[in-house]
Order: sequence, then C-alpha cells, then structure tokens
Amino acid sequence: MLAYTAKRALLAALVALTVSAACFMLVHLSTDVAVAMAGEGARSEDIEFVRKQYGFDRPLAVQYADWLGRAARGDFGESLYFRTPVGAIVWARLPTTLLLGALAMAIALALSIPLGVLAAMRPNTWVDRLTLVIAVVGQAMPSFWFALVLILVFGLHLGWLPISGSETLAHFVLPAIALAYYAAPAIMRLTRSGMLEVLASDYIRTARAKGLRRPAVLFKHALRNAIIPVVALAAVQLGFMLGGSVVIETVFALNGVGYLAWEAILHNDFPVVQAIVLLVALFYIVLTFLADLANGWLDPRIRIG
Amino acid sequence: MAAVLADELVAPSPGALLRRRVLGHTGLLIGAGVLAAVVFMALAAPLLAPYDPYDQDLARRLIPPIWHGEGTWAHPLGTDMLGRDYLSRLIYGARISLLIGFAVMLISGLIGTALGVAAGYFGGKVDLVVTYLITVRLALPVVLVALAIVALVGSSLWLVILVLGLLKWDRFAVVMRSTTMQVRELDYVVAARATGASTARIVLGELLPNVADALVVVATLEMASAILLEAALSFLGLGVQPPLPSWGLMISEAKSYMFFSAWLITIPGAALLALVLAINLLGDGIRDVTAPEGRN
Repeated sequence: MLAYTAKRALLAALVALTVSAACFMLVHLSTDVAVAMAGEGARSEDIEFVRKQYGFDRPLAVQYADWLGRAARGDFGESLYFRTPVGAIVWARLPTTLLLGALAMAIALALSIPLGVLAAMRPNTWVDRLTLVIAVVGQAMPSFWFALVLILVFGLHLGWLPISGSETLAHFVLPAIALAYYAAPAIMRLTRSGMLEVLASDYIRTARAKGLRRPAVLFKHALRNAIIPVVALAAVQLGFMLGGSVVIETVFALNGVGYLAWEAILHNDFPVVQAIVLLVALFYIVLTFLADLANGWLDPRIRIG
Repeated sequence: MAAVLADELVAPSPGALLRRRVLGHTGLLIGAGVLAAVVFMALAAPLLAPYDPYDQDLARRLIPPIWHGEGTWAHPLGTDMLGRDYLSRLIYGARISLLIGFAVMLISGLIGTALGVAAGYFGGKVDLVVTYLITVRLALPVVLVALAIVALVGSSLWLVILVLGLLKWDRFAVVMRSTTMQVRELDYVVAARATGASTARIVLGELLPNVADALVVVATLEMASAILLEAALSFLGLGVQPPLPSWGLMISEAKSYMFFSAWLITIPGAALLALVLAINLLGDGIRDVTAPEGRN
C-alpha cells in the first residue's frame, strides 16, 4: 500500500507540475503582460520600464520558476481588469463555488444512490427502466439549457425560487440542481452495476441463506461493498463539477469562481484565468489521488498491478 | 410445422444473428432513426428550409410557433427577435452541430486511438508516458481551457473544432489502451507475431479490426459530447459567432427574451437534446449488439 501510495503521489505531483507549466504558458502566450500592465496609451519607454521592473525580459525558465515560487505562496500577481491581487479575488469567490459543489454533490448522491440500489434490486423491471431513462436523458441534456428551463419553471411560472445572484441559500438551490443532474447519471449507473455484481456474489447468498433479514443483507453486506467505487467516482465527478460550474454559475449569475472565470475571459484578464485553471486542476488532481487511494485500499489487485 | 422446425435446426449465420439483434434493439433503432433524420435535414437544408436563415424582417419579429394560437403556418416555429424564421435556422443549425460533432470526433479519435493503441501494444515506457499524458489532460478543465484559448485566438467555427479535437482525445486513449491490452495477448495476434508479421501489419491488420466495435462506441459518445460542448461554448459567447444558426448560439441570443418568448430557448434546446440522445442511444445500442453475449 505504501509503495502504491508513493507511486500515485509522484504521478500526481508530476501532473500538477505539468499543468502549472501549461497555465504559465497560457498567460505568457496570450498577452504581453508588460503592455497590459503599463496601461492604455503607454509610451514604449514605459513598457520597457515595466518589462525590466517585473523581470519579463528574463529567460522563460527563470520566469516560470519565479512565478511557480510565488504561486505556491498564493501570489498570482495583479488582475489586469480588477487591478487588485488575483489571489484575493479568487479566494473571496471560492466559498460560493465550494458551497455550490457540495450542495450539488449532496443532491446527486441523494438521488442516484437510492435509485441505483432500487434498479439493482429489481433488474429489468419498470424501476430499472425508469432509472435508465433518467440516466440516458441526463447525459444528453445540455446543462445550460436545463438551467434555463429550471429558471422558467421554478423561477418564473411557479415563482418558488430566486433565479439570479448569490445572496441567500435559496439562490443556490436551482444552480445546485442543474449541476447535480450533470453528475447523477454516471453515479447511478455505477451504483447499479456495483450492486448487481455484489448481490450475485457468494457471501450475499450465504447471508441470505443464514436467514438475515433483507435490509440487513442489502445495507450491511451489499451496499457497503458496492459504495467505495461510487465514492471514488463521486470525488472525480466533484472535480469535473468545479470545472463545469463556469457554465452554471454564469447562467445564474452566481458569484463564484466559475462566474469570475467567465468575466475574466471576457475582459482578457488572463492572470485570473490562469489562477482559476490551476486551482480547478489542482482540486481535480487531489480528488483523483484520494479516489485512487480508496480504490487501491479496497482492491489489492489495483495496488499490486 | 415441419418447415418451421427445419428452419430452427439450421444455425443462423453471424450476419443474420447480428441483424436480428439490431432489429430487436429498440433504443438502437430509435437512435439511428432520429440521427438519420437530422443528417437528412442537414444535407437537404436548402430544399427543406422555407426561408433564408439569415433573412431579417423586423416587421415580423417574435411570432410564436404554431401551437401558441397566435402562430401562423407561414412560420411554423415562429420567428426570433430579428424576425428570422426559426424553423429555417433550426434546420441549418443541424449542419453546424453535425459538422462539429463529426470533425471533433475524427481529430480526437485519431489522436486518442494512436496514443491508446501504442500504449496498449508496446506497454512499458510507452504506456507510462501515455498514462501520464492522459492524466494531465484529465486534470485540465475542458470548458475553462477551451474558453480561454478561444478568447485568446479569436472565435471561429474551425478554431472551436480544433480546440475541442485537441482536448477531447482522453476517452479514446483510455478505452483503446485497455482494449488493445486485452487483444494483444489473444492467439491470433500471437500467431501473427510468430509468423514474423511487422508491427504495422499486426496493428493495422489484426488489432484495429478487432477493437473496431469499442472504437465505434466511444466515437458516438464523443461526438455527442462534442456537440454539447460546442453548444455550451457558443452559449457563453465564445463558440461559433453570430449570425451562424448554431443551436447553442440561438439559445444564447434568445436568453433575454425567454421570459416572454420561451419557445426561443425551448425549441433549439429540445433539438440539441434529441440529437445528443439519439447519438447516445445509437452508441449504447451498438455496444449491446456487438457484445459477445449479445445482451440487451
């Protein structure tokens, strides 16, 4: 297990380093930061001064090492649009996105695990068919369109929930549902197949044969074994969700990191975009690392192979 | 009676078996039917569309579709805020979705298959490098990176195709890698190697034909996902540009009118849903009927 963990950690660190280099290059290729920082109407002497002052005339590798060192301490430079430190802006928006992600994942799990278990208990019945339809339609639904339809139905026609902004918890409900529907199908399908596999195994037959009651077999013996891969998948999905939240947050004008990313992209504010891409990527890397550990701990074949 | 029995006794040919499975698979038939209809719509757009999709007529703006009572048969799906015929835009929009889905699938499929087959066939260091590339790619958030690059270079249809094609090869690589690993050890590959066949010959002649089923399934799923991504990028204003009738762009342009003219967003959204659903059903269906046990 230790060797497996070390190997996984090494890969994660290597990937994080590569992603950081890609993020650095993104800003470097995108704009001449010196020109952007000198501001509009700057003379070429001013631009040269900024270039020297901030060290943009040094070799690329040196600049990257310097940038990485500061990024590791949370210093991503100054936003070209907001004219304040990037780290502070992103940090201020992070709780909104984390709350959205947590709510969305809670909704997705609350919907997909019971449905997945039900479908596995009664394969090829109408329950199973229904969950399949929900999953298939969910995978085909454009998430931004689903969000707009939610706004029309629950915001406009029924008037139950606010449709724009992030002031109260109620503002998070529709975005969380929209984001949850995006992650639910995969979790539901994995729960179903995992439960089907476990329910067909010998130890479940033994548990049934020794007269254990149905709920005890189902929850104590079956679900507990089927759930760890599901949790691992949920972790990975959460990473995807943070990346996908740019669409949902923009639709609902929810003031999180995703919305910030969209604003920054529209204003060519690439230092902010860079920081957000790196942040989302690091989240994903950490979550998949944890998922790998969970899978390896559960299944010795994975950590040895 | 006797004739029926005799028929039953003759084992059906593999082709007949496959045909029977295909015809017995409702999802596959529905998916193939809807997809065929959309493809026909895209190809025959100039013949089918009642108007030019770019023709504006401000005197006839925001006419509701036919089922709204005030609708008119002159514009069955109504008109948008610039008075353009919505049915014509929808029909021409199918071209954009299909083109993007197909082109992205080709580019990403080429990259992903090459990487996946190389990793699965050669193993060792090659496999390590490819696994590392896949992990890096998965860590990059597709929507964010695509948005950033498009904003950087300037949005156009071909740039969207190129960016998505270069970003979406991961599933091809993952599936092709594991499928190739399984096939590599099978007797006919070992036999080909023993007869001294070259690597190129083994890969092209033995491996690829036998992983083709898995490849087709991934290709359909990736095509569907590319169509959804283009719609999302266009919706955010960083995909294809107006006045092109991309379905995602149509939803984006109509956003501020949706409270009073909901059909402006429901119609293109439903079209997207139907197309993506059809492609996914087709993919799932192909996976089912080509699976060795032919499960349904």
